[in-house]
Amino acid sequence: MSAGDLVTSAPGREPARHSLTTRIVIYGLLTLFAFIYLIPLVVMVMTSLKPLDEVTGGNMFALPQRLTVEPWIKAWGEARIGVSDTAGINGYFFNSVKMVVPAVLISTLLGALNGFVLTKWHFPGHKIVFGMMLFACFIPFQSVIIPMAVILGGLGDIGRSLHDATGYSFGFGNPTVNLVIVHVVYGLGFTTLFFRNYYELFPTELIKAAMIDGARFFQIFRRILLPNSTPIFIVTVIYQFTNIWNDFLFGSTFAAGDQAPMTVALNNLVNTSTGVVEYNVNMAAAIIAAAPTLLVYIVGGRYFVRGLMAGAVKG
Amino acid sequence: MSTIAAPIATERRSSPRLRARLQDWLPRLVLAPSFLLVLVFVYGFNLWTLFLSFTSSKAFASTKLVGWANYQKLWNWTFEWDPPSGWYTALVNMGIFGGLYVTFCLVLGLTLAILLDQKIRGEGILRPIYLYPLALSFIVTGTAWKLFLDPRIGLEKAVHDWGWTSFHFDWVVNPRMMIYCVAIAGIWQTSGFVMAMFLAGLRGVDGEILKAAQIDGASAFQTYRRIIIPMMRPVFFSALVVLAHMAIKSYDLVLSVTGKNPGGAAELPSTFMYSYTFTRNQMAVGSTSAVIMLMTIAAIMVPYIYSELKEKPQ
Repeated sequence: MSAGDLVTSAPGREPARHSLTTRIVIYGLLTLFAFIYLIPLVVMVMTSLKPLDEVTGGNMFALPQRLTVEPWIKAWGEARIGVSDTAGINGYFFNSVKMVVPAVLISTLLGALNGFVLTKWHFPGHKIVFGMMLFACFIPFQSVIIPMAVILGGLGDIGRSLHDATGYSFGFGNPTVNLVIVHVVYGLGFTTLFFRNYYELFPTELIKAAMIDGARFFQIFRRILLPNSTPIFIVTVIYQFTNIWNDFLFGSTFAAGDQAPMTVALNNLVNTSTGVVEYNVNMAAAIIAAAPTLLVYIVGGRYFVRGLMAGAVKG
Repeated sequence: MSTIAAPIATERRSSPRLRARLQDWLPRLVLAPSFLLVLVFVYGFNLWTLFLSFTSSKAFASTKLVGWANYQKLWNWTFEWDPPSGWYTALVNMGIFGGLYVTFCLVLGLTLAILLDQKIRGEGILRPIYLYPLALSFIVTGTAWKLFLDPRIGLEKAVHDWGWTSFHFDWVVNPRMMIYCVAIAGIWQTSGFVMAMFLAGLRGVDGEILKAAQIDGASAFQTYRRIIIPMMRPVFFSALVVLAHMAIKSYDLVLSVTGKNPGGAAELPSTFMYSYTFTRNQMAVGSTSAVIMLMTIAAIMVPYIYSELKEKPQ
């Protein structure tokens, strides 16, 4: 049983016996904390459903008196983001989608292959290789961001030359492609870690038996490992999806203007210094930005927790 | 040679030797691209940044070496507190933010985990509530807390409406107190994670130990203080390491809670690095601060990773 399962499954221990007073205190504290964790989200949702004068003039804890979805419509399709000409955050939302899907799929698949190699095909130095990939998970991105900017700038130059010569840039210099590269590279450590820890517990005898039957590397991976990897695939995809969707540092550095991902657009929208601050529109945009990861959390909470625990190295 | 691949090479008498050798090398060839990417993009780039920290790079990378001059500059800035240098502010804020963030996440996490572990009803509802902030991006968290703490429309105004008119809480717009708001938002976001770590640890405690303690007449409080909490040491250590490294890497949260860090009031090493590199055109100074961040994280993570990998019997 992994650490994540320990959190979500009921323990097989004797019940703790408490007096009534103690139980009231326990429930009281737990409810109070639940309230504290929920209140910012509740305020966000209520604010996004109020007209602006009710936000600026009223109490933030008060229920909306005149319910309106106008802020949501405005955030999605009309609000001006920074100095950009495009209206609303919908374009940025799809920028994020276009970036997240390939980045998650590529990094997860590579992680699965790496985990397979690192656990079932030991070679001299496999531990050092894994240790080095693992440390890569934890580096501060500030320490790679300047070289990355130089390299991506170089790719952009190649793209421009290709475009001049052939009329196509073949993805070179495309901000979405750049972000996919960046997220795949810096996600590899985690995906490899997840699959390595999972495959470590996979019975080696099954693989040996398959080899005696003449199965080779990719056959074993496809026929034996993959069909038994569904849980860890879900964990990894959820973890990568959440991390990449929520990234801000890379997005703000390598994808400016119209090509920016959702988090960057949200930050620009909220922190524009011109005009009246439309808190209700800002909150609607923030909820839209949070919706995909929240939805994944609600649907796959169990797997989400397992990913978090595995991400703390403990396998 | 590969431990499992070995039988293949002998089994496969009929096929040409070249193919058998390729099969033998295939696992390594599969791993190679990923490892190469990490080698270049992580280790190569780190060395590159290290190199830049010894140059006089301004807006563009330069190869002119200046020795330890940039490190000396940061060292001098470390003690320049009147008026405070950006680096001094970043370090002080790092101490305030990091200290509060790590301490409160640990205390809250352990408290919630212990409370949840009392066989209570509705755990399935409460636990996801404590954990959901983790699914949010720091930008969303920051946006929410910035509104919540905004004195004009948020908490201060609400309390005034309720009748306590002398209530004053303007930290989020007060440059000297902003960093505390960043810490509040950070604790709100991450404490659920620490709760989950401790809960997993508590659930792993052997029931027999608790029974024995009960038979010996130990109260619940004593059992926790004397037996269970000391048993949580490994979890505590893991959580500490993870939190410390997250605190050092915090970047988005500062920008979103404070509204792009006005005047560098909530500066942290991460934002310092970014502004010196990309807006102040002092790439060499930026690289130097990045190297210091990396070294600090390496000092925390390398021993941890080493011990984690060593424990596992192969």
